Amino acid sequence: MNNLIIMPILIPLISGVLLIFFSKNIQIQRWGAALSSFITMIVSVMLVQQVKTEGIQTMDVSNWEAPFGITLVSDMLSAMLVLTTSIIAFTCIIYSFRSIGEDRERFYYYPVVLFLIVGVNGAFTTGDIFNLFVFFEVLLMASYVLIVHGGTKIQLRESIKYILVNVISSALFVITVGFLYSVVGTLNMAHISERINAANQSGILTVIAILFLIVFGLKGAIFPLYFWLPGSYYAPPSAITALFGALLTKVGVYSIMRTYTLFFNHDAGYTHQILSVLAILTIIFGVIGAIAFWDVNKIIIYNIIVAVGIILFGVSVMTPTTLAGSIFYLMHDMIIKAALFFLAGVMIAITGTSNLRGFSGLIKRYPGLGWSFFLASLALAGIPPLSGFAGKLLIVQGGFEGERFWGAAIVLMSSLLMLFSVMKVFIHGFWGNPRTFEGEDKVPVGALMVAPFVLVGLSVLYGIGTEVLMPYIIKAAETLSDPSIYIEAVLKE
Amino acid sequence: MEILMAFVIGILFMSATYLMLSKSLLRIIIGTGLLSHGAHLLLLTMGGLKRGAPPLLGEHAETYTDPIPQALILTAIVISFGVTAFFLVLAYRAYQELGTDNMERLRGTERHE
Repeated sequence: MNNLIIMPILIPLISGVLLIFFSKNIQIQRWGAALSSFITMIVSVMLVQQVKTEGIQTMDVSNWEAPFGITLVSDMLSAMLVLTTSIIAFTCIIYSFRSIGEDRERFYYYPVVLFLIVGVNGAFTTGDIFNLFVFFEVLLMASYVLIVHGGTKIQLRESIKYILVNVISSALFVITVGFLYSVVGTLNMAHISERINAANQSGILTVIAILFLIVFGLKGAIFPLYFWLPGSYYAPPSAITALFGALLTKVGVYSIMRTYTLFFNHDAGYTHQILSVLAILTIIFGVIGAIAFWDVNKIIIYNIIVAVGIILFGVSVMTPTTLAGSIFYLMHDMIIKAALFFLAGVMIAITGTSNLRGFSGLIKRYPGLGWSFFLASLALAGIPPLSGFAGKLLIVQGGFEGERFWGAAIVLMSSLLMLFSVMKVFIHGFWGNPRTFEGEDKVPVGALMVAPFVLVGLSVLYGIGTEVLMPYIIKAAETLSDPSIYIEAVLKE
Repeated sequence: MEILMAFVIGILFMSATYLMLSKSLLRIIIGTGLLSHGAHLLLLTMGGLKRGAPPLLGEHAETYTDPIPQALILTAIVISFGVTAFFLVLAYRAYQELGTDNMERLRGTERHE
């Protein structure tokens, strides 16, 4: 029993509710949101340390014992994802101070961001499948508001599509939970896992596994289901896109990781083969998009899809090495995607366009921006001292060990094209002769650069400190590859 | 009974899919309404439709119906209610701003963002 687990959900929830009462006072909004997300960050560091020293932490809400009540479970994976989420939320709020504009800030922007964090942290922490649905809805509802917040034409147009896709996938989630409930008769994830193992080899469970793949694939943008993402993420301002790109798809990816390691081990030859093929196709279609566009935001958006594919390929191979690699890559990708969207936002603030053909020679006037974008690009592609390297190395290594040569080769090739896509931004946007931007004077971007600097610095530290992080990652991968640890921690037999 | 319900739910899903593939935004929203009806009925059916008293302990019955799916449906109903309300207002706002409810004309191209 441990109340620390619920704090990363409770702190943003309470502070978000409080901030609603002071909606017109921008100073209170800003500093209240920053303070609450900072405290969330501290609490999640404590949570990670606690999980490290004492093993998986569980909390039975209202003291109802495990299969009967809702249980919150913090294993190493969810604790670390909660920490990453809190860091990104904090930097996003800092970045919003200067970028989002007072009109939006006055209309409940910060409370909604905090509610989004509630949903994401809750989805990472919950141990109950229906509660996962509810937290999904919390974060989706907040994301509906954020995507249309401001009400420009493109936002209105794209949010209709975004909401429609998510309404359908939510209905599908309810349907799938209904099917699962009729087969196993329980909603607690550990208990479901136990009963699925007891009921071994029934065909309906494989069908449910594929349904879950479709549901979470719609949320997490895997190959045939990613069609909604490029348009929707293109619409909102860059602070919001950064939050979406770093967190929302990753919740879907986390849910696939959780269900496919905990529940559906009974017919892995079939389900994981499908996951593997879809992951590889996701990578291929993602890189095609990333190299096709001449728009900074579109390039980064397609890189999200590539990263989802790489992580899921690691999950589908299901060896401890690739699982560790996937976890490593997942956290790296959350940080670096947020950083890239922030940097793209600064570039758009300077030049007034996101089209690469519209500007060049930024590095003469903005060297800090240029070099941090360069570092972020190298980290994205996985150049050794930076953060993307270790994860991809482990995935490729595990892929070769598991004799998935094609998959591993495609992961390697994709790095090349990812590097090409972001270097295109660097070469065309930052090199060359300075071209006229809107307003000849140097745009003051000092305050805007704080958030991307923090994240790029963090990604460098993350890459250098691989040795320090490794025990945490190994511990997280252990729980994933051996579900009995999770089941015992929750059901306490 | 479950067989009958399965057919009814199937028809609901069928009409929801048909409506959501149409051009008009309002028909799409009606489709999402039907889809959530289908999902909620499915939850109820999947919980089992055995005979029993309503889940009230004051009934002093031999058997009760399963209370969990009912709680799940109640949760799902209010969630879809909230989302539908938001969606309807969004459609209204989009109609005001963009002047059309035709999904064909809500395409984005690079020229007019």
